[in-house]
Amino acid sequence: MDYARPTELEEALGLLCSKRWTILAGGTDFYPALGAGPLKDDVLDINGLSMLEGIAETDAHILIGARTSWSTVIRTPLPPAFDMLKEAAREVGSVQIQNTGTVAGNLCNASPAADGVPPLLALDAEVELASSDGRRHLPLASFVLGNRKTAREPHEMVTAIRVPKTSAAGRSGFVKLGARRYLVISIAMAAARLVLEGGRVAEAAIAVGSCSAVAQRLSALEDRLRGGDAAALMPLIDAYGFPELTPIDDVRGSAAYRREAAREIVKRAVAGLLGEAERGGLAA
Amino acid sequence: MSGARLKLSFEVNGNPVEAEVAPLQRLSSVLRDELGFKGTKVGCDAGDCGACSVLVDGEVVCACLVPAANLSGRRVRTVEGLSKGSLSALQESFLRHGAAQCGICTPGLLISATALLERNPAPSEQEVRDALGGVLCRCTGYRKIIDAVMNANRSVAVDAALVGQGAAVGASPIRLDGRRKVTGSEVFGADERPAEALSVAVVRSPHWHATFEIGDTQTFVAAHPGIVAVFTAADIPGENRFGVIPPFADQPALAEERVRFRGEAVALVAGERTAIEALDLAEFPIAWHELPHALTPAEARRDGFPDLHEGRANNQLTRGFVECGDPEAAIRDAHVTVAGDIETSYVEHAYIEPEAGFAAMEGDTLVIKACTQAPYMDRDDTAKVLGLPPDKVRIVPLATGGGFGSKLDVSLQPLVGLVALKTGRPAAIVYTRGDSMRSTTKRHPAAMRATIGADADGRVTGMVFEGDFNTGAYASWGPTVANRVPVHASGPYRTPHYRATGRAIHTNGPVSGAFRGFGVPQATIMQEVLYDRLAEKLGRDRLAFRIDNALVDGDRTTCGQVLSGVGIRQCLEALRPHWARAGAEAEAFNARDGKIRRGIGIASCWYGCGNTALPNPSTIRVGIRASGKVMLHQGAVDIGQGSNTVIAQICADAAGLPLSVFTLIGGDTTLTPDAGKTSASRQTFISGKAAQKAGRSLRESILRFANVSATADISVESGALIVREGEVRRRIVLAELEPDARGYVFSAEETYDPPTTALDEKGQGTPYAVYGYGAQLVELEVDTTLGTVRLLRITAAHDVGRAINPLLVEGQIEGGIAQGIGLALMEEYVPGRTENLHDYLIPTIGDVPPIETILIEVPDAEGPFGAKGLGEHVLIPTAPAILNAIRHASGAEITRVPATPSRILEAIRAREERRA
Repeated sequence: MDYARPTELEEALGLLCSKRWTILAGGTDFYPALGAGPLKDDVLDINGLSMLEGIAETDAHILIGARTSWSTVIRTPLPPAFDMLKEAAREVGSVQIQNTGTVAGNLCNASPAADGVPPLLALDAEVELASSDGRRHLPLASFVLGNRKTAREPHEMVTAIRVPKTSAAGRSGFVKLGARRYLVISIAMAAARLVLEGGRVAEAAIAVGSCSAVAQRLSALEDRLRGGDAAALMPLIDAYGFPELTPIDDVRGSAAYRREAAREIVKRAVAGLLGEAERGGLAA
Repeated sequence: MSGARLKLSFEVNGNPVEAEVAPLQRLSSVLRDELGFKGTKVGCDAGDCGACSVLVDGEVVCACLVPAANLSGRRVRTVEGLSKGSLSALQESFLRHGAAQCGICTPGLLISATALLERNPAPSEQEVRDALGGVLCRCTGYRKIIDAVMNANRSVAVDAALVGQGAAVGASPIRLDGRRKVTGSEVFGADERPAEALSVAVVRSPHWHATFEIGDTQTFVAAHPGIVAVFTAADIPGENRFGVIPPFADQPALAEERVRFRGEAVALVAGERTAIEALDLAEFPIAWHELPHALTPAEARRDGFPDLHEGRANNQLTRGFVECGDPEAAIRDAHVTVAGDIETSYVEHAYIEPEAGFAAMEGDTLVIKACTQAPYMDRDDTAKVLGLPPDKVRIVPLATGGGFGSKLDVSLQPLVGLVALKTGRPAAIVYTRGDSMRSTTKRHPAAMRATIGADADGRVTGMVFEGDFNTGAYASWGPTVANRVPVHASGPYRTPHYRATGRAIHTNGPVSGAFRGFGVPQATIMQEVLYDRLAEKLGRDRLAFRIDNALVDGDRTTCGQVLSGVGIRQCLEALRPHWARAGAEAEAFNARDGKIRRGIGIASCWYGCGNTALPNPSTIRVGIRASGKVMLHQGAVDIGQGSNTVIAQICADAAGLPLSVFTLIGGDTTLTPDAGKTSASRQTFISGKAAQKAGRSLRESILRFANVSATADISVESGALIVREGEVRRRIVLAELEPDARGYVFSAEETYDPPTTALDEKGQGTPYAVYGYGAQLVELEVDTTLGTVRLLRITAAHDVGRAINPLLVEGQIEGGIAQGIGLALMEEYVPGRTENLHDYLIPTIGDVPPIETILIEVPDAEGPFGAKGLGEHVLIPTAPAILNAIRHASGAEITRVPATPSRILEAIRAREERRA
């Protein structure tokens, strides 16, 4: 195996042109995936790239550098639209995992149960991919293509996640459903962001994870909520059919259960951000 | 670049260190293997257990997920850095609260709590939970850990030196092995390894059932520099069959031509450590031919499926049976009857320490140092497989980081033994989490059905129980489960007409063995769930119904044994005020008519201590050296439950000597007589009784020498014993006495074997000499739209006869309850699917509610100072009490555990449909 730990982005991008590398950032998915056997992959360790660390602001975006840990997200002052991302961050594994695992790595790992995907979908996040050819930006929904599958080309690297400031608006909430309190892979999770104007929903963004190969935005539901009376959203969610979800049966729960639970946690995420939450009793 | 090693400078515990390491070597490995900081433990290598937690620049991280290349210039703190000469306040608090049991997770917890306390010196319970949520503990149930972190200054246990002479029993001295657990200096299976040791990789079956041919291993060895040898079944010099119950021994240490389960060992590859670490076992020359397999008893008993073992027709390993009276007639004539069925899942022990140890030749003796629950059984099984006389195998137990039944069976002992024997070099194995989960035993999945009838006065009249227990590919403790279940399936209730059948059925699933309760927890779910439905049909209060039927002194069990010292009624009575309060609170809460419904549930347990209807002796030796040191040969392996402390407390009071003069010698088979296995809740009772007899015998020999009566006091001064009786004061200068061959000037060795009898064809007889009893009350909330459960509180009343060490008793109760919570709500081992600690869920610190313990002491005539066992009892009532509370809250009738949110919601919907 080869190992490289560049300290300049250009160097890293140059290396990526040379062959197929496994990129190592926080290590919280890298090491568990190793199993017991010896490491065979060539590893590009990006922990020497200090420019990828931290959260920054541009005129149009809030940028989450590719090496930003969940704990950094929790600690950084951000608008209330990011509350759902912070709530998700607190539910990722444990403090130990949050301190090392990165938000970008969560996207690149592309697990159907990735806690970061629903809130970032609901923030209209884009993934910044860099290569020696330049940079491109993909909407998150176009980046995560399937279970463990992303649109990243082998010669590319995720350098940041960026959230348009226009989407960093409103209030947000996140609900995770798991079979125990900590260190748990989600049975289902929901993220919701609403922009309210005069008691009415001006903008809505809702996403559900662990109920399909890739977490889904519920755009038809958002359409129904938009313009609705904030005090009367629950019947709209109750009446919604959730056609975006294609849950499966597995050891964590049945497909039928996930379908039913998804509706309930969307309601709770919305209720939570509206401040009517009765949020207890979630973790078994 | 490739293979290049990095030279790193960083800081560990304030001291600069340098290391030359591979860039991607895990920090856990750098600390343990390169720098010798073995206090950092490795439980999963995947960030799932938190045992390896350390601080890097003040942030708590899993050392198994941090690449060495990240360390340059960083400051690392490990458990070794917490004490500076004396223990930190937090370490002291862990000791005084009994927050460390086996100790394997303790360093990770201490580190995580240190990070919290340095930011927040007075955390709330919620803050403690959030900070410690990433560290799994399988022993304690977390409650004492929370107490220890929140109340560093409130002490519960006292220094052994302050425990009065003759007053050790009933006191709670700090556990005698506690200090090394909180400093990280305890030596567990993976913590000792001779420098010249070979590493051993185990080739395991990827198939449930297959034949195989091993190819050209010579070429394989030659092609891999650093690989020394390959060993297969053909290399095994003895009888290639091990098993905890000799007449049923059937498991090859290395499979011969056919494997019967996924994970079965077929070959060993021994080599230098770096070569084994670089080895890809996929290159091992082996050809597999898959055979049809069965993973459930139903599949294994279908027509045409072959017997997995010759002579075990229809894949039935054994059948246990108890019958009294005429159960059919009793049920036919009953005023009300209920019937039902329950299925349970494979449950993994999930101790945080995967199996580990090494073997080395000392002269012509094979020495094996490993974690274990049963050193003498390991010795005998290993000697048999390797064709050695038992006295040429020496087992030296290293500290065991949790066992719960699975470390009763040998795992790596014959494997490292074979390599050391054949190569003459020490040989070491540390199982990965995956190896541990794939290859070692599990709790038996059970498929049970039962019918119970009662008369119009609410007295249980008859019960019929049948249970099929999936015993997996090999016998292990299957016969014990099949026999224990029928004896216990009535619960601690009078059942005059009764028939219970337990069958152990072979499948190609993982080997089911011993797991805290030997099948009784499963059977109790069946019985206690039906008791709730019976009480409902009778219109009786669920607690009162149980009290009316509880066994009392003089009652006969279903085996015809007349009982005395029965404390179940007292346990249930003690819960009455809590039951009334909890019931009223639930009713008031539910009057709000929300989605969250509150429920309460109750269940009992009884459990016979020691082997079922078989001899089960323990021997304890104690001796005084000329220096005045009292040496206790304490062979009852302490796997965290506290036998090191409890056995010493009993011996101290029996001898009339202060606890502080005792020094422990562990279960090394050349130094210490056989105190039996740590299982069946037998150590406090049986080894404790042997310790009591040995202590008394030691005392008598001193008193005889001093020519004084039994009322004299003995004290120890340096090099002398002082014996006082009234005005008489004798000073025995120990150096003037002739020591025996072991160097003792006074010594005693005593054996105790509990009086039991064999059971006849109807299961009648005296299977156990002592039973313990208990009952638990669970309060919880069910979220009826998500099927989730929130536990509010558990009140546990246990009759332990005499609490030798009340703090350790509480620790056992809280830990057993946590495992019962797992059994009830989340633990489901799916072979081939959940072989790690993120898909297999055990309770975290956020899943165990406040627990109130009520100790009941109804002395037993046999037990030492009246004590009964309790280690397994405490797990038994929890799951059925939870299921009963779920039903009370929501109406959900659960027929398969664990009761996951998915299953609970399905049961709630099923009930709504029945009502509609």
